[in-house]
Amino acid sequence: MSTAALDARRPVAAPARPLTPRRPRGTATGRFLTVLAWAAGLLFFAPVAWMVLTSFKQESQAASNPPTFFFTPTLEQYASIIGSSGAGSYLLNSVLATGISTLLVLVLAVPAAYAVSIRPIKRTQDVLFFFISTKMLPVVAVIMPIYVIAGQIRMLDNILTLIVLYTAMNLPIAVWMMRSFFLEVPGEVLEAASIDGASLLRTMRTVLLPMVAPGIAATALICVIFAWNEFFFALNLTAANAATVPIFLMSTMTSEGLFLARLSAASVLASLPVVLAGWIAQKQLVRGLSMGAVK
Amino acid sequence: MTTPETSAPHAATPPSADGPRRGRTSPRPDAAARADGWRRRLPLMPAFLFVVICTQIPFLLTIWYSLRSRNLLRPEGETFVGLRNYLDLAVDSTFRTAALNSILLTLGCVAVSLVLGLGLALLLDREFLGRGFIRTLLITPFLIMPVAGAMLWSISMFDPTYGLVNWLIGTVGISPVDWTSSFPMLSIIIALVWQWTPFMMLLLLAGLQSQTPDVLEAASMDGAGAWTTFVHITLPHLRFYLELSVLLGAIYVVNTFDQIYLMTAGGPGTASANLPFYIYQRAFLGFDIGQSAAMGVVTVIATIIIATFALRLIFTSINSKEQS
Amino acid sequence: MGSHPPRPPILTPTSAAPPASPARPSRRSVLGAGLAGLGAATLAGCGGSGSSSRESIVVAIVSNPQMQDAISLIDHFTAEHPDIDVRFVSLPENEARAKITASVASGGGEFDVVMISNYETPLWAPNGWLTDLEPYIAKTEGYAPEDFVPTIREALTVDGSMYSVPFYGESAFLVYREDLFEEAGLTMPERPSWDDLRSFASALHDPEAGRSGIALRGLAGWGENLAPMSTVINTFGGCWFDMDWAPRLDSPEVHDAVAMYVDTLRSYGQPGAATSGFGECLTRFSQGDAAMWFDASSMVSGVENPASSTVVGKTGYALGPTLETPYAGWLYSWSLAIPETSQKKDAAWEFIAWMTHPDYFQLVGNEISWEALPPGSRLSTYEIPEYAELSKTYAKPTLDSMENATQENSMTVEVPYDGLQNVVIPEFQDLGTRVGQQFSAAIAGQKSVEDALSQSQGFAESVARTYGWKG
Repeated sequence: MSTAALDARRPVAAPARPLTPRRPRGTATGRFLTVLAWAAGLLFFAPVAWMVLTSFKQESQAASNPPTFFFTPTLEQYASIIGSSGAGSYLLNSVLATGISTLLVLVLAVPAAYAVSIRPIKRTQDVLFFFISTKMLPVVAVIMPIYVIAGQIRMLDNILTLIVLYTAMNLPIAVWMMRSFFLEVPGEVLEAASIDGASLLRTMRTVLLPMVAPGIAATALICVIFAWNEFFFALNLTAANAATVPIFLMSTMTSEGLFLARLSAASVLASLPVVLAGWIAQKQLVRGLSMGAVK
Repeated sequence: MTTPETSAPHAATPPSADGPRRGRTSPRPDAAARADGWRRRLPLMPAFLFVVICTQIPFLLTIWYSLRSRNLLRPEGETFVGLRNYLDLAVDSTFRTAALNSILLTLGCVAVSLVLGLGLALLLDREFLGRGFIRTLLITPFLIMPVAGAMLWSISMFDPTYGLVNWLIGTVGISPVDWTSSFPMLSIIIALVWQWTPFMMLLLLAGLQSQTPDVLEAASMDGAGAWTTFVHITLPHLRFYLELSVLLGAIYVVNTFDQIYLMTAGGPGTASANLPFYIYQRAFLGFDIGQSAAMGVVTVIATIIIATFALRLIFTSINSKEQS
Repeated sequence: MGSHPPRPPILTPTSAAPPASPARPSRRSVLGAGLAGLGAATLAGCGGSGSSSRESIVVAIVSNPQMQDAISLIDHFTAEHPDIDVRFVSLPENEARAKITASVASGGGEFDVVMISNYETPLWAPNGWLTDLEPYIAKTEGYAPEDFVPTIREALTVDGSMYSVPFYGESAFLVYREDLFEEAGLTMPERPSWDDLRSFASALHDPEAGRSGIALRGLAGWGENLAPMSTVINTFGGCWFDMDWAPRLDSPEVHDAVAMYVDTLRSYGQPGAATSGFGECLTRFSQGDAAMWFDASSMVSGVENPASSTVVGKTGYALGPTLETPYAGWLYSWSLAIPETSQKKDAAWEFIAWMTHPDYFQLVGNEISWEALPPGSRLSTYEIPEYAELSKTYAKPTLDSMENATQENSMTVEVPYDGLQNVVIPEFQDLGTRVGQQFSAAIAGQKSVEDALSQSQGFAESVARTYGWKG
């Protein structure tokens, strides 16, 4: 998904202004602001940097007072995580839950977004409102019924349960995002396709989908991020067979002995896919996070 | 949990975003129109039904549970009790504390990260050496897996013996602090602000960059100072982005669970439990299904009230933006 | 009760099976394999890996050191039972309890073996949630159920049948640093009172040197701070409910007990008391940072383990501190049970039998160390020569306190419920947690003892009404 996101061009030029410097560079104020920006950037990144640093330490160096800044880096922690017997199954579960739920979201959200944007139906706003209102619900209010139902149909600790729930969790955002991409498709394009007598499916496949492909990539990126990081459902609805990467992260903590370096290495590995994707596709990130409202 | 009928902002489809494309509808017989209506609705149905099944049906069950006295541990004792679970809530001081914590957490986190995010966005809205690099660094906290972020703060940063924060304040002579037990709410807010400031910054930066340079240039030609330009031109322009940041930030932050679960487990006592965490505890530690369902329902109703208000705002904002 | 590791909860599913996939498969092959596997997972219901002749059982367990040892020894089990694949979900006490209770009570069926205690067993068995283990016990060679510590066996028996079998058992007693006492010219009586303890704590409290006079649990939880605190309430002459089910948390006895505990902890206790559970206290005491510690007798596995403790050989043991009663302790056992919903009961029992069999003790002794034996479940443990030698300072207090952990010996008043450190009613898990939170807040200094108790009394009142109390 991330490769597609890379190429995602913004379909329609947003009213961005050229990046001309607002103030002349080189003045004292300008230099001060530059230093300030650098300081702020480094400060916010410092905990992450510390985590990465810790992941290359021995356990005793990781939990030292005062903190250890200079040491001979070791790959021991990474090796022990990659080599541990359970790690593969967590990764597989996360990849399955994230990948399949994202595919499902796209399959459901693209037609829905089409219906509420290009061929508007009555009560479009109501439907959109309904979708977003489900995002405001405290998930915890429905966890008990979900747990009980899943238990009765023998679906606890089953990756399919997570796939279904992650799909439901991301659908509203995806519909909103995809709608904003569809709205950018010039009306004439659709008119032309319709007048040609092309069927709905054909219109979608040959005309619309290529035009909104970058939007689909951006939507997929956001769904992947949220599904990959999800913790609450995974915590309550999985045990041994369907546990995902965030659960693995917790499992690196032990009740006895030191575990900080190993935990840090696991954190780095667990976060890496999303961090890289987000770094590469920053613009899509903005649009996705704002559910398509910011272009 | 809102039904479209009760809380939709407009009963009729407003002529806003969708308006311009509706020209092709020509008068037809009723049946054909209805068929066409169904055909148009069809692509929407799968997604709509999926969301309804996954969110509304469990919630209906939650309402049902909330009217019954049901403790998972006493299978025989299930009875219909009407509103008693709700009445019990009224005298539960922990519920009030948790509600208060929820508000405090959401407001605190959103306000602080909004201000910080605005500051950072302004700093980044100018050309300087390494701008892209700094922006990349700044968004990283948001991309870190929340479970990893929570443990990073509670252990690497806030640990009383070997945490980085205590070492830092130690270098200026402040004695070590047991952060997560002495200041549980503050610790959680710090971790949340760290995570959400980049989000605010990204949104506001997009807003800043959508200003037309002409206006700013005109302002500076008129001799307006930087501050005047900011207050009279930039801030009004940013209004939509600020509202959006607050709303989306609030939506995400109000449901915070990971950080509380991992950093303080709601403690000490219930000092840092917010509503989601407290409801979770009542359900999975107390197994008092009726009571926790009632809390869930109350929380959802409160959310609906706030959200309806907030959504109207955002709809107005988005519509006016899409029309412009 | 069990140890409680650092605050953040832990969920540790580990597979005992050899890794099914190569160490680092490429992303594409993972996805491909995953998609192929999904079909299989759907058919198999819960997606067990491996060939169809292997049975996969899921074991939910509390992540205390003795249980971690069992997990590390699982290869010995799979060597004997190559057709059973054991997967563990290992969690700290509070989280394990939440997950296990939710699963068993709602018939979730995720687990084939669950670790529960003598609190759950008598409550759950009559509901039909647990499997009667007698037939399994009867057909297991050399299992020797009569060897279980009698009070424990009785506590796990419902209508003449055992519904769970003990992995280890415990009461509570006091450990203290003999070297420090000698240095300060103090003598610990064999049966100390709380007054003795407070004066010792005050004499040995030395925060400058990083040493607290006493370590006691403060972490909220009915299995955490409420365990020692209920014991104190009992010996001060208090109780949770009287014979009419009237809640008694507002009585002067309970107030004195809680106020004394809170004051002792705030004056002479360890730093961060309000968030320390068994695990934190164990770490402090075994690192030499506390002069005394009143807690579960199972502490010996940690305190006397040279690999993790710096105070081995400097310790003395005494019975739990008292005031009005001859003894003050509790009775607790981590035990293993099979939920009625399990589809693989035979395989589940094979695992349970392995982990609670007399032979298991030899295995632990030989493979790990003799200090690490699970204590207090079998009388024969104390006759193993290696262990008898090691445990000569604490074997007697352990068995004495377990034998006397009865309401007759540890309480002054008659009560309508079972239990010492807890009240064996289903609501207690919740009530205890909430009261524990109030007490923890008082220990943190965020609440007065009076406020904490009046709020607790309110919680207890709503429970009491379900038992016919009119108030």
